[in-house]
Amino acid sequence: MSRKPLIREVPPTTWYFRHPRYLRYMSREITSLFVGAYCVLLVCGLGALADGKESYEAFLLALQSPLSIAFHVAAFIAALYHATTWFNATQVAMPIQIGENFVPGSWISGAHYVVWALLSVVVILLAGVF
Amino acid sequence: MKERLIRLEVFRYNPDTDTEGHYQHYEVSCLEEWVVLDALNKVKETLDPTLNFRWSCHMAVCGSCGMMINGEPRLACHTFLRNYPGTIRVEPLVHFPVERDLVTAPDDFMEKLKRVKPWIIRKDKQPIEQGEYRQTPKELLRFRQYAMCINCTLCYAACPEYGLTRHFIGPAALALAHRYNQDSRDQGRDERQEVVATKEGVWECTFVGACSEVCPVHVDPASALQQMKIASSFDWIKEHLLPGGGK
Amino acid sequence: METIQTDVAIIGAGGAGLRAAIALAETDPKLRIALISKVYPMRSHTCAAEGGAAGVIKPDDSFDIHFDDTVGGGDWLSDQDCVEYFVHEAPKELLQLEHWGCPWNREPDGSVAVRPFGGMKKKRTWFAADKSGFHILHTLFQTSLQFDSIKRYDEYFALDLLVDAGRCQGLTAMDMRSGQLRQFHARAVIIAGGGAGRMFPFTTNGAIKTGDGMAMAYRAGAPLKDMEFVQYHPTGLPNTGSLLTEACRGEGGILVNKHGRRYLQDYGMGPETPVGQPQLKTMELGPRDRVSQAYWHELQKGNTVTTPWGECVLLDMRHLGTKKINERLPLVRELAESYLGVDIVKDPVPIRPVVHYMMGGISTNTQAATPLPGLFAAGECACVSLNGANRLGSNSLVELLVFGRRAALSAIEHIEKTPAANTAALEACADQTQQRIRALFSRTAGTESVAGLRKEMMTTMEEHAGIYRTEAGLQAAVARIHELRERYRRVVLTDRTNVYNTDLFQTLELGSMLDCAEAVTVGALARKESRGAHQRLDFPERDDKNFLRHTMVYHQGADAPRIDYLDVVITRSQPGIRDYSGGHQ
Ligand SMILES: Cc1cc2nc3c(=O)[nH]c(=O)nc-3n(C[C@H](O)[C@H](O)[C@H](O)COP(=O)(O)OP(=O)(O)OC[C@H]3O[C@@H](n4cnc5c(N)ncnc54)[C@H](O)[C@@H]3O)c2cc1C
Ligand code: SF4
Ligand code: FES
Repeated sequence: MSRKPLIREVPPTTWYFRHPRYLRYMSREITSLFVGAYCVLLVCGLGALADGKESYEAFLLALQSPLSIAFHVAAFIAALYHATTWFNATQVAMPIQIGENFVPGSWISGAHYVVWALLSVVVILLAGVF
Repeated sequence: MKERLIRLEVFRYNPDTDTEGHYQHYEVSCLEEWVVLDALNKVKETLDPTLNFRWSCHMAVCGSCGMMINGEPRLACHTFLRNYPGTIRVEPLVHFPVERDLVTAPDDFMEKLKRVKPWIIRKDKQPIEQGEYRQTPKELLRFRQYAMCINCTLCYAACPEYGLTRHFIGPAALALAHRYNQDSRDQGRDERQEVVATKEGVWECTFVGACSEVCPVHVDPASALQQMKIASSFDWIKEHLLPGGGK
Repeated sequence: METIQTDVAIIGAGGAGLRAAIALAETDPKLRIALISKVYPMRSHTCAAEGGAAGVIKPDDSFDIHFDDTVGGGDWLSDQDCVEYFVHEAPKELLQLEHWGCPWNREPDGSVAVRPFGGMKKKRTWFAADKSGFHILHTLFQTSLQFDSIKRYDEYFALDLLVDAGRCQGLTAMDMRSGQLRQFHARAVIIAGGGAGRMFPFTTNGAIKTGDGMAMAYRAGAPLKDMEFVQYHPTGLPNTGSLLTEACRGEGGILVNKHGRRYLQDYGMGPETPVGQPQLKTMELGPRDRVSQAYWHELQKGNTVTTPWGECVLLDMRHLGTKKINERLPLVRELAESYLGVDIVKDPVPIRPVVHYMMGGISTNTQAATPLPGLFAAGECACVSLNGANRLGSNSLVELLVFGRRAALSAIEHIEKTPAANTAALEACADQTQQRIRALFSRTAGTESVAGLRKEMMTTMEEHAGIYRTEAGLQAAVARIHELRERYRRVVLTDRTNVYNTDLFQTLELGSMLDCAEAVTVGALARKESRGAHQRLDFPERDDKNFLRHTMVYHQGADAPRIDYLDVVITRSQPGIRDYSGGHQ
C-alpha cells in the first residue's frame, strides 16, 4: 500500500471554538459591528437634521429611549475595546527605528493613547460639556 | 534529577490500515527536565518502534518537530515536561494533511515559500571582486528578525485564515517576503508585490495574531504582514490619488 | 522501479549539497540536477552551526596566516595544496553568500564584522550572531529556489550507488512518503551527506547525521580516509549535548575547574591571559583537541565539578555582561537557560566535551573527486584533507562552500567526457537494492532490535574510541563492531508499513553507522601515534616517520576492511611544534 494522506477539515462555522485565542479574535471582530451600527446611527441623525428641525427633534427624542441608551452603553464599551486592540496593534504594525534600536512597542501604543485622550478632551470641550 | 511517569495520548494514523486517526496511550518514565521529544523517543525505543515523527537537531533550530501539544502548535524539542503536570496530548500539526502518525505533508508551504521569491533581486549586480555590499548594523536590524524563521510551520497550524482558505500564502512565507523587502541590498519589492499585495497575500490576513503568539523564535510574522499592508496601502494612494501616480 | 534520468545527482541538501546545486545551475542552465535529501533542505544539520565561517578579509590578515593556522591546527595532516586552494577561495565564497543575502554581522561602516575563533591567529571568522550555519543554510536554500533546473527530491532516502564499468552512474533511493524505490541514472554523482557523529551517544550532531553518504561510497568501493580523527568540542551542555559555540570563548568566556582555576594554563596553553581579554591562539582560544584533552586530565586529577549530569568543568561568561551576551550569544543564553536552567549572565554553566565533527570521510582530492570515477564528494562526509588531524572551528562551513562548488565544477568536466550509460547494467545494479530492502521487510526470524544494537555501538565507541584511546580498548572495539555488524544482519523490522516508516530508516541508518564505526576503529587501532584528535595513551607522541600519512580504509564486504596509506601533500610547511602559548614558548 502507499500514500493516503488524511485530510482533516476545519469546521467552517464553528472553528473559533477551537481555541480561546480565536474567541478573543471573534469578539474583537464583533465589536466592530457596534462601531459600524453607531456610524449608521450618526448618518440617520444627519439625515434627520437635513430634513428640518422637526424630524431632528424626533430623532433626539428617540435617542432618549431606554433601548437607545442601552445601545449607546454597549456601543461605547465595544468601541473602547475595539480601540484598545487597535492601539495595541500599532506597535507591531508601525515599528520606529531610532539609531540602531527600535523604539519600545509600549511607547508607540502609549503615544496613541495619549493622542486619543487629548482628542477626546478637545471633542468634549467642543461639545460644550465644560 | 526527578523522574516522573509521563502519560502520553498520541494521535496515530496508518494509511495502510486506517481510514481515520485514533489515539494511543503510552506511559513512560522520564526525567523532569526532559522535553516532549525525549518522551516520544523513549516510547519509540522502548515501547513502540512503529510510532513515527520527525526530528533532528533537538535545539529548536531545524524546524522538524512541530506538532500539536495539548492543542497548541509547538516544537516537541522545546516543550518541557515540567510545564505539563497531566496527560500530554500529542497530535500532528493541524491544517496539513497527515501522512502517518505525527508526520504531516508540508508541500503546500514549500510551494508558497518559492512564490514570494525569497532571494536577493538586483538590477545592478556588483561583481564579487568589488567586495561586500555595504550594510550598516542599523540596516541589518531592519530585517534580521524576519530572517530568523526556521520554517517550522507552527504559524500555519495556528492561523485560522489558512485553515479556512488554503490559497492564503500564509504568515511565514509573507514574513520572508518582508525580510527581503526590508533588506538594503534588495531591489525586488515590485516583483514580490505581485504576490504579496493580493487577496491571496496580505489582504487575506485579518490580523488574528495567532502566528506571532506561537512562533518559537519570535519572528512575529503578524507584524511583518501589517507593515506590508500599510506599505501596500501607501502604494495605492500614491498611484491613484497623487498627481502623476506618485512617480 | 521507476527510473529518473538526470545529469548530476546530489545526495544531501545541506550547505555542501545546496552550494553544489547552485554552482551547477549557474554554470550550465541546461543541466538537469537532482537534489536528493532525506530531510527538507532547511532541516539539514548545517542549520545547527553557531559560531561562524573563516575567510581572510581584513587588512591585517593574510592567506599565509590562514594557511599556517589551518595546517598547524591540523597537526600537519592536512594536504597543503588543498589548504592553499581553500584559503584563497574562502573569502570569495563568503562574499558570494553576502551577495545572496546572508545577514552577516557588520561593522559600523557597513563592512562585514569578524570575530576571534580557536586556533586562529587573526580575527577572521564571519558570523551572523550565533546562528551562522542557520543563516548560511537558509540563504543557500532560498537562493536555490530561483533555479528551475534544480529538481528537489525532498525526503528521499538514498540507499546505494549504481556502479558500472568502473564508474559511478547513479543511485537508488526510497521515496520516504510512499516507500517506493526509485533509481536515478546520472552522469555524475555528488555526495554531500554530512557527518556521522551519531555513532556516539553524546554528540552535538542531529539525528540525521548517521554517515549514510560515507557508508554508501565505502560500500561502492571508494575508500574512507582518516576516519579515526573524531573531533570533540570542549563545550557541550552536559545533558543534551547541545553545543555552546566556541564564540563563547572567542568573546571572552573562560574555563575554570572546581577550584576556580583556569586550568588550560597547565596544559601548554598558558600563561593566563587577563579575564575578558581573550588573546588569539592561546588559553581559551587554543584548538579544540587540546582544550578537550585538558578536560580529560582534569577529570583524572579529580578537579572537575560533579553535577547531576556527570563530571563537568565550568564555562564562565558573567563578565561579558548582559548587553554583549544578548547581542552576540543570544542562542547560547537561550539554550543554557531552557535546557539546563542556567542563566549565563548570572552563573557559570557546567559543560563537558562532546563529539562534534568527523575530520575523516570519503577520500577526495582538491578537485573534490573520489578515486571512483563519476563520484564526487563535499562537506563533512568528504575528507579532502583540509582539516588534517583536527579541524579549526569555522573552517568547516567554508569548506562546504568551497568544495561544494568545486565538486560541481568537477562534475561538469567529468560529464563532458563520459560515454553513454548501459541502462540494463544499471538496472541490474538497482535490483540489488530492491532485493536488500525486500529481504529486510520479509525477515521475520531474528532477535536483534535496532535500539539495542545502536545502544551497544554507541557504548563501544564512547568507551574505546573517545578522547584518549589504547591498544587494548581499540582491539575490543574492533571486535565488538565486527560482532555488531554480524548481528545487524539479523535485525528484524517491527514496522512493515511502506509510508514514512522510521523504523526502517533507523535500521538503514544503523547500518551506515556501523560501516563508519568499522572504519573509525580499525583506523584508530592501526595508527600507533598521537596526533591532533587521535590520542593514544600507549603512543603519546606524534610519529612523523611512520604516520605522516592518511589512513585509507577499503570495504571488504563481511570481511575485515583493508587498510592502506597515502602520503600527506606537503608544499611549504614542514611538521613543527604546535605552539599555543601566545608566543611565550
Ligand atoms: C552544533 C554544530 C555547530 C557547528 N558550528 C560550526 C561553526 O560554527 N563553524 C563551522 O565552520 N562549522 C561548524 N560546524 C560543522 C558544520 O556545521 C558541519 O560540518 C556542516 O554543516 C556539515 O554540512 P554538510 O552540508 O556536509 O552536511 P549537513 O548539513 O549535515 O547535510 C547533510 C545532508 O545530507 C542528507 N543526507 C544524509 N544522508 C542521506 C541519505 N541517506 N539520503 C538522502 N540524503 C541524505 C541530509 O538530508 C542533509 O540534507 C558545526 C556543527 C555542529 C553539529
Ligand atoms: S514564522 Fe515562526 S512559526 Fe512560522 S514557520 Fe517561521 S519560525 Fe515557524
Ligand atoms: S528537532 Fe529540530 S526543531 Fe525540534
